[in-house]
Amino acid sequence: MLQRLRENKSVQGTLLALPTTVWLFVLLIIPLLLTLIISFGRRSPDGNVIFTFTFDNYIRLLGYSTDCAGGQARCFDPLYATILWRSLVLAFNTTALVILMGYPLAYFIARAHPKKRNLYLFMVLIPLWTNFVIRVYAWMMLLRKEGGINIVLGWLAHLLGFPFQPLEMLYTPGAVLIGMVYEFLPFMILPIFTSLEKIDNSLYEAAADLGANAIRTFLRVTLPLSVPGVVAGTILVFIPVMGTFIVSDILGGRQVILVGNLIQRQFLDARDPTFGSAASLILMVMTLIVTYFYTRRFGFGEEIVAV
Amino acid sequence: MANEFAIEMQDVLKQFITPEGGTVAAVNHVTMQIKNGEFFSMLGSSGCGKTTSLRMIAGFEWPTEGEIYIEGKAMGHTPPFQRKVNTVFQNYALFQHMTVFENVAFGLEMEGATKDEIKKRVARALEMVQLTGMERRRPRQLSGGQQQRVAVARALVKIPEVLLLDEPLGALDLKLRKEMQLELKALQQQLGITFLYVTHDQEEALTMSDRIAVMSKGLVQQIGTPVEIYERPSNRFVADFIGESNFFEGTLKSLSKDDAVVYVPELNTELTGLPVSDGLVNGEEVVVSIRPEKIHITESATLNTNFFRGKVTNTVYIGTDTHVYLEVCDGKLKVYEQNRISRLDPRSFYTVGQEVSLLLPPENTLVLKKN
Repeated sequence: MLQRLRENKSVQGTLLALPTTVWLFVLLIIPLLLTLIISFGRRSPDGNVIFTFTFDNYIRLLGYSTDCAGGQARCFDPLYATILWRSLVLAFNTTALVILMGYPLAYFIARAHPKKRNLYLFMVLIPLWTNFVIRVYAWMMLLRKEGGINIVLGWLAHLLGFPFQPLEMLYTPGAVLIGMVYEFLPFMILPIFTSLEKIDNSLYEAAADLGANAIRTFLRVTLPLSVPGVVAGTILVFIPVMGTFIVSDILGGRQVILVGNLIQRQFLDARDPTFGSAASLILMVMTLIVTYFYTRRFGFGEEIVAV
Repeated sequence: MANEFAIEMQDVLKQFITPEGGTVAAVNHVTMQIKNGEFFSMLGSSGCGKTTSLRMIAGFEWPTEGEIYIEGKAMGHTPPFQRKVNTVFQNYALFQHMTVFENVAFGLEMEGATKDEIKKRVARALEMVQLTGMERRRPRQLSGGQQQRVAVARALVKIPEVLLLDEPLGALDLKLRKEMQLELKALQQQLGITFLYVTHDQEEALTMSDRIAVMSKGLVQQIGTPVEIYERPSNRFVADFIGESNFFEGTLKSLSKDDAVVYVPELNTELTGLPVSDGLVNGEEVVVSIRPEKIHITESATLNTNFFRGKVTNTVYIGTDTHVYLEVCDGKLKVYEQNRISRLDPRSFYTVGQEVSLLLPPENTLVLKKN
């Protein structure tokens, strides 16, 4: 029996893939199908699902309400479309900022002396030792009216003799952006570092030898060779930022509602799983569309393979 | 030509800091001149300072002391991209994200050449290294030898004053290496560009070079043509490093303008009529060096000047030559005889224990300083 297994490569493959396949099927495919079915249903007055086939939830999400003041069947109400758009913009901004901040740091670490490199990487990873939620709360402490930043600014203003009004930073889109960038920065730094570290020093020397100064070497050699790292980092940052609700919940309060918050509230507060399901699927489709076009342009972050 | 010398190294010292915090001189006050249009090699084992010298000329490292001149201009801290030299790297250092064409065009783009000119010059460079038709391939789709050619084309397309080659053939197999050696040499002669070639392979250096600098421990041991280096090594290190040699310690008995006599205790005899080299002092301890292929074995028993009796201890047949190992008085000796005749008849070999006479031709027996 064992002997035969050893010789049969295809059985081996099946066995190796089986646990993950079962896991994904039971916990991903089936729930996803259920979500799809529920999203076409209607909420019963007591918060249960009436299984029908209606597009109402999607129509609501995309900007039309069925609960109009004037008594019409449909009226324009961009509430949910705004939330979707806001989430998308925030994910773009976060990703862009994280690249802008993470790339130079990754470059610095990759070109640092090998002895110091590990120390720097370690420092990048230290925040991840603390719980995600606690880190967001820490930003709340810093950003609120009586928080660390206002205290320091107030002290500086006092010192220089300016009048000072504490800044309202918490519960603003800016606070959410800061929190997101902070949370996801390491996930950009690490893949970029990995791709930069792989670039052999002789390539920089070859570029210089052929007449390229530092800037042109960077644009023509370093940057193209590190694109796979940027792509991998983007995928690791963009997708979770689209869906996460903790950061906006804590730092955005009721002011900055994202798709994640919307979904969470539909299931927990509003008790409308049909609308929540529709929102989940829209989120997934949006993420897939963006990722599809992005990876079609830049690849999946794999090594540059000879075509 | 404006300058006789393409490159001059003037008393160049390069120190590196060791992990223990000390300093070590990778290149120790080296002075050398490389003539225009010359194929010049720096030869030595790893750590002898040859690559560091090359890297300083390219501009990747700066001398701790001393000065490097390219075409008469002091380089100081001039960055690599402003030097009129180009490098063929040991690992080729090709840009994997670019095609062969883009790799070769890179240096021309940096010069600001027009698209038409780039096209023309890249095509010519690729033709020179026989890679026409490979323009759109990526480096990874090429064999080692082809990648090597791309690296050469990429550097040569810039028409540098000096082409620096850092062990460019090290990764190729023997046969391809020999082919490329001849090709590079032909290319150099055809273009008339100065080549500075770094290698640890003495055969390679002898095959290709007009002149060779033999280096060891950061010092230049000897600079000369391949013939000079082999036939007249200036010290024991060079004689030992290039080819093979029999060494005997001895005392300089008498010294005139063109004749030296050395007493060799191992052979219990005086060698006379030896060529005189500079710096020898009468009475000093010296080393006598003679190449194994310069010794004649005869069966006649006449003992004349620089003749000995020896006993064969072993013979090894290696195709082109037969190596004969002998005992001579208190010493040992190896003699390489070329197989000019067929060795099919076993009687054509010396037998172990056979007594023979050996002639050390005085003009090929060198007296070297003992150090």
